[in-house]
Amino acid sequence: MMPSFFDRMLGRTQPKNSGTTAKERLQFILVHDRINLPPERMQEMKAEILAVISKYVSVDGDNVDIELQKRDRNSMLVAEIPFYKAREAIEQDDEDDPRPTRLADESE
Amino acid sequence: MGGKVITITSGKGGVGKTTTTANLGVALARLDQRLLMIDADIGLRNLDIVMGLENRIVYDIVDVIEGRCKLRQAMIRHKTFPELYLIPAAQTRDKTAVSPADMIQLTDSVRGDFDFILIDSPAGIERGFRNAVAPADEVVIVTNPEVSAVRDADRVIGLLENENKGPGQLILNRVNPEMVRRGDMLSADDVTDLLAIRLLGIVPEDETVVPSSNSGIPVTLNDNSRAGLAYRNIARRLMGEDVPFMKLGESGGLFKRITRLFGGRNG
Repeated sequence: MMPSFFDRMLGRTQPKNSGTTAKERLQFILVHDRINLPPERMQEMKAEILAVISKYVSVDGDNVDIELQKRDRNSMLVAEIPFYKAREAIEQDDEDDPRPTRLADESE
Repeated sequence: MGGKVITITSGKGGVGKTTTTANLGVALARLDQRLLMIDADIGLRNLDIVMGLENRIVYDIVDVIEGRCKLRQAMIRHKTFPELYLIPAAQTRDKTAVSPADMIQLTDSVRGDFDFILIDSPAGIERGFRNAVAPADEVVIVTNPEVSAVRDADRVIGLLENENKGPGQLILNRVNPEMVRRGDMLSADDVTDLLAIRLLGIVPEDETVVPSSNSGIPVTLNDNSRAGLAYRNIARRLMGEDVPFMKLGESGGLFKRITRLFGGRNG
């Protein structure tokens, strides 16, 4: 269905034409081509990275974001890996913990 | 040092490398440049026919390299432009008849006699590509606004960077401004954004190109052709002139600006 005038005005929909699709697909393909790492292997790599980090600290697995980005002709792996608050700290006095932790609510 | 060696390549076949080479050659000759064009697509000779010089071939590049003739004997002089020469590819041999070192030696021996040496590379990224790129001072990558052509161009740019020949400059060929306006074709901005290399020129899709090749008269000699004008502009840029890009009418219309204002995203 065509998005209505008001939808477009409010930015509710993004009419996507094939040129945009082409660009998005190429952005993904080129970054993988350039480092010669197909998307499936990338998934394996991510899982392995997380497994290693999880050996040392408690990772908030639901909010992990690891992705390939390109800047000019360089590709880079950009990772955002939030941790759960360390167990020890949680067992201590909660009230005057000086470190602000946005995930504090998720502790047992 | 002498003339500048420019190789025209693409990765993907059929994007317009030979047409581009022929037109840049003629456009540079019109600007009074002394020019040698080399068809490096051995086994699939084509630059001669696009330039209308196919009936005058006696010797080819492999004859030169294997010493069956002198370099000068293999150079075909253009009918209209006495300072424009072509060395044709061999038709019955393959790419292995020539090595990258042969190409460097050949171009070095004539650099002093020319302002530009243009090399038409074969498609692909194997031996023929390496032969064509080895002597290059500058590399021009031709692509079309299509996913396959852009992907192959990116691959070629990567290989050029590895050989310290890169990243090169881009010619976006066969752009259909109406399709870009509708959002159904990658725009020049999209492609340069994806490939992150400098844009040398945009050539619009143009119905005068095929008839020109049909008759062996490069389209840049047709003063009424948009594509011809685009090639003349590129030639001037190769000579260091700052020539603004042609307006293709793909952006800026009133309707489009209104659409964009209201969140439309057609490029």
